[in-house]
Amino acid sequence: MVAAMLRLVAQLLHAALMLAAAPLLLGLIRHLRARLLGHAGPPLVQPWRDLIRLARKQPVLAESASPLLGAAPFVDFAASLAAASLVPGFALGMITAPLADLLLLAGLLALAQVALALAAMDVGTATGGIGASRATALAAFAAPALFAVIFALALAAGTTNLDSLATLRNRGTIGFSAAHGLALAALIIIALAGNGSVPADHAAARWGVRCDYSGRHLALVEWAASLRLLLMLSLIVAAFAPFGAANAAGTLLAWPVGLLAWGVKIVVLAFGLAVAETAAARLRLSRLPELLGVALALALLAVILLCVGQGFA
Amino acid sequence: MPDLALGLAAAGGAGLCALGLAGPLRPRVARIGTVALGAAEALVVLVFLAAGAPAEHLALPLGLPGAGMLLALDGLSAFFLLLMLLVGTAASAAALPVAGGAAFFPPLLGAMMLTLLAGDGFALLLGFEGMAVAAFALVLAAPAEPAARRAALRSRGMAGLGTICLIAAVGLLAVPQPGGIDLGFAAIRAHPPEGWRAGLVLVLVLIGVGSQAGLVPLHVWLPSSHASAPVPGGAALAGAMTAVAFYVLIRLSFDLAGPAQPAWWGVPLIVIGAAGAVLGGLRATLEADIRSVIGAATICHAGLIAAGLGLALAARASDLPSLAALAFGGALLQAMAHALAATLLFLVAGAVQQNAGTQHLSRLGGLIRGMPATTLAALAGFASLAALPPSAGFAGVWMLLQAAIAAPRIGGLPLQMLVAVAAMAMALGVALAGAASVRLVGVGFLGRPRTPRAAAAQEPALAERVAMLGLAGAGLLVGLFPALALALARKALLLAVNAGMAGRTGVFAIAAQAEAPGYGAPGLAVLFALALALAWAFARTRSPAGYRTAPAWDGGSGAPPVWLPFGDPATQYGEASFSQTLRATLGRTLLGARETVEAPPPADTRPAHLAVRAHDPATMLLVRPALRLHRTLVRMAARLQALSLRHALALAFAALVLLLLAVAITEPS
Repeated sequence: MVAAMLRLVAQLLHAALMLAAAPLLLGLIRHLRARLLGHAGPPLVQPWRDLIRLARKQPVLAESASPLLGAAPFVDFAASLAAASLVPGFALGMITAPLADLLLLAGLLALAQVALALAAMDVGTATGGIGASRATALAAFAAPALFAVIFALALAAGTTNLDSLATLRNRGTIGFSAAHGLALAALIIIALAGNGSVPADHAAARWGVRCDYSGRHLALVEWAASLRLLLMLSLIVAAFAPFGAANAAGTLLAWPVGLLAWGVKIVVLAFGLAVAETAAARLRLSRLPELLGVALALALLAVILLCVGQGFA
Repeated sequence: MPDLALGLAAAGGAGLCALGLAGPLRPRVARIGTVALGAAEALVVLVFLAAGAPAEHLALPLGLPGAGMLLALDGLSAFFLLLMLLVGTAASAAALPVAGGAAFFPPLLGAMMLTLLAGDGFALLLGFEGMAVAAFALVLAAPAEPAARRAALRSRGMAGLGTICLIAAVGLLAVPQPGGIDLGFAAIRAHPPEGWRAGLVLVLVLIGVGSQAGLVPLHVWLPSSHASAPVPGGAALAGAMTAVAFYVLIRLSFDLAGPAQPAWWGVPLIVIGAAGAVLGGLRATLEADIRSVIGAATICHAGLIAAGLGLALAARASDLPSLAALAFGGALLQAMAHALAATLLFLVAGAVQQNAGTQHLSRLGGLIRGMPATTLAALAGFASLAALPPSAGFAGVWMLLQAAIAAPRIGGLPLQMLVAVAAMAMALGVALAGAASVRLVGVGFLGRPRTPRAAAAQEPALAERVAMLGLAGAGLLVGLFPALALALARKALLLAVNAGMAGRTGVFAIAAQAEAPGYGAPGLAVLFALALALAWAFARTRSPAGYRTAPAWDGGSGAPPVWLPFGDPATQYGEASFSQTLRATLGRTLLGARETVEAPPPADTRPAHLAVRAHDPATMLLVRPALRLHRTLVRMAARLQALSLRHALALAFAALVLLLLAVAITEPS
C-alpha cells in the first residue's frame, strides 16, 4: 500500500518535472547555441515567459477552419504529456511502469504528429499544406528506423517495456556492446530529425504545422513540442544510461540523487545538441531520406550483431 | 441439443439467399430482413463461441450427386463468421442497394456464410465461387461506365483464377477412396499431404487466396476494382471478402495440411506480406480517389496479416507454440480490426459519393462542415488504418510487431535476417498507411471546398450514420479491450497452432510473455484523459474564455478575389501535392513514379500542366508479360482455325497417338 502510494507520488512528481523542465531545456539549448555563436543569448526562462504571455491572450481562429483546429492543440499536448509521463526519468518503477512500452511511445508520438498535420490541412492554406506534407513524409521515413532501434533494444532486453529495460541495464544484466553503440547512434539521428534540429532543420516541416495558432493554442503546441524534445533526450538516457535512477518504491533519500543524475545527463545531452546544431550544416530536403536511411542501416546492423552475438544463429 | 448452432446458421444462410428473390420486389423487406437475419445469426454465433465452440457437423443431401455436402462449425469458422456477420449486417443496414443490386446483395452474404460453414472441399469451393459470382452480378446490375465494367471483368477474371487454383489444391488434398475421392475435411486431416504435393498445395493456395485477398503480386486489380464498384453495395463488403479469403488460407494451410509441415512454409507468406505492406502503403499515398486509397490500404493490411500468418507457420513448425499463438492471435486481431475499419470506410466513401457527388479527392474538401458525423466516422476508421493508439488497428499491429521481435528465437541466421528486414518493411508499411490516412482526411474532409458540390454536401440518412458510428464504436471497443477479441478467438488459436494466449491476456493488458508487462489500452486511455483534463484546466484557468475569428493568416497573403467565395483552390494543397515528397523519393524507386511538366512556350497564356505517371512493379513484371504470353498463345491457337482438312486430320491422329502413349506409360503394371 505504502509502495503504491510512493510510486504514484513519484509519477506525479515526474509529470510535473517534465512539464516544468521542457521549456527550460529549450531555453538552455537556445542560450548555449547563441553563446557558441558569440551572442549573449536569451535568458534561460524566456520560453516560460513566452508561454505565460501567450496563455494570457485569446486565440484567433481562421474563418475557413473547423472545430478541429481548436481541438488539435489539446490532443497534441495530451499525447505528448502522456508519452513524457511514460518515459522514466529520475525514478524507475513508477505507477505507469507497466504501460511504458516502446511501441506505444512511438504510437503516441505518431498520434501527436497526425493531430498537428490534420489541423494544418484544416486551415486550407498553402503553408499549412507544405508543413503537413513534409512532416508526414519525414515521419514515414523515420518509422522503420525507429522500429529497428526498438527491435535492437528488445533483442537485448527480451522485452519492449522501457522500465524493465532500464532496470535490467542498472542491474548489469545487459552490457553495453558495439551493437548498443550503433543503436544509440541511430536513435540520436532519429531524435535530431524528429525534433527538427540541424541537420534536419526545415522551416516548412518544423514551423509549417504551427502556422495558424495563437494565444493559448500556440502555448499548448509549443509546450508539447518542447515536451517531445525532452522526451527524446530522456528516452536516450533511460535506454542507454539509466544509472543513478532511484527506485520509486524504495527509500526517499534516493530520489534527490536520481533527480541530480537525470538532470546532469539531460544538461550534457543538451550541450551536445547545441554543439551539433552550431557545427553542422542543414541538409537539403531531398537528402533527408538518406539521413534516415543511414539511421535504419545502423540499427539494422545492430540487430544483426545482436542476433549473431546472442547465439540465436 | 447437438449441432443446433450449425443448423441455425445454415438455415440463416439459406434464408439470406431466398431474401435475394424478394429484393427487387420489396426493397424495404429485403433490407430489414437481411439486417434482422444477420443480427440474429451473429447472436447465435456469439453464444456458440461463448459456450466453448464444440465442433459441430451437418450433412446436407444437396450438392454432389451421390455424396451430398458436409457443413461444419468450429472455433475458427465461428470467429470469422461472427466478424463477417457483424460487418455484413452494418453494411446491409447502410448500403443495401435499391433496384437491381438488391437481388444479389443477400446472396453474397449467403455465399460467404457457405464458405465459412463448409465441412468439405465441395462446399468450400461452391461458396468461394458463389461469392465472386454474386459480387460480379452486383456490379453488372447497376448502371456503370465502361471503365467500371472493365474493372469488374478484371476482378471476375482474378476470382476465376483463384477458384481454379483452389480446385486444384482441393483436388491434391482429397483422399482417394474406393469409388471416388473423399473431399471431407475430417478425411483430409487424417491424410495430410507430404513432399512435393504439400509444396504444390501451398503454392496453389497462395495464388488462389492471394487473388481474392490482395496479396502481392496478385494485388494489382484491387484498388481500381474497388474504385469502380457501384455505390452503395458491393464495395461495402470488400472488407468481409478479404476476411473470408484469409479464413480459406488458414483452413487449408494451417488446419488441413496438418502441423507436420516444414518451417520454410512460413517464408513465402512473410516475404509476400512484407512486400505487400510496403507496396500497398505506398500506393495508398498516391491514389486519387477515396475507394482506391482504401483498396490500397487493404493490400497493406493484407500484407501485415499474411506476414503474421507466415510467422505463425514457421514458429509452429519449429515447436515454439507460444510464439505461434502470439503471431496467429495478432493476425486474427488485425483481421478483425481491418474488416471493421475497411467496411466503415467504404460506407463513408459511399456516403461521400452520394452526397458530394464524387470520389475524387481533387473535387472534394471541407466536408467536415456539412457532414460532421461522417467525418468523425472517417477519422475513427482512418485512425485504425493508421494504427494510432488506442484504436483496434494499433492493438493488432502491436501484437504482430511483438511476434516479429520474438521471431529470432526460431533460429537460423538467414531466417533471422529475413524476419528483421520483413519487420522493418511492416513498420514502413504502417507508417505509409498513416501518411495516406492523413492525406485523405486532410484533402478530402478538411480544408476549403474545391467545388460548389462539395460545399453543399449534407449528412446521409440516419440508418447510415448509425451503422457508421456503430462500426466505429465496435472498433474502439476492440481497441480498448483486445483481450475480448482474443477470448473469442481462443478456440481458433487452439485449432490452428495448438496453443493459447493463456496468462498473457487480461482485461487491462495484453502481453507477449506471461507475467510480463505489455500493452495496456485502458490504462493508456485513462492517462490520455487525465492529460487532456490538465490541458483543459490550464486553458480554463490561465486563459480568457472564447476566441475570435479572422481570415486565415496564410503567411500574410491578401484576401482571395470576390469571385472565389471559397478562396482560390490553387492555393490549397491537393492530393497530388501532398504526396509529392513521398512520390519523389520512395515512389521513384519502387513505383517508377515520374512527373512531367508541359510548359507552354513564352508569350502563350495557357497554363502549364503537371502529369504524374506511376506504375505498380507487379504490372510490369507479371501482368504485362502474362498478357503478352496470352496474346501469343491466342495467335497460335487461331492458326488452328485456318487448318486445311489434311492438317486437321493429322492433328487429330497425333493427339490420339499421344493420348494412347500417356495411358500406356501411366497405367500401373
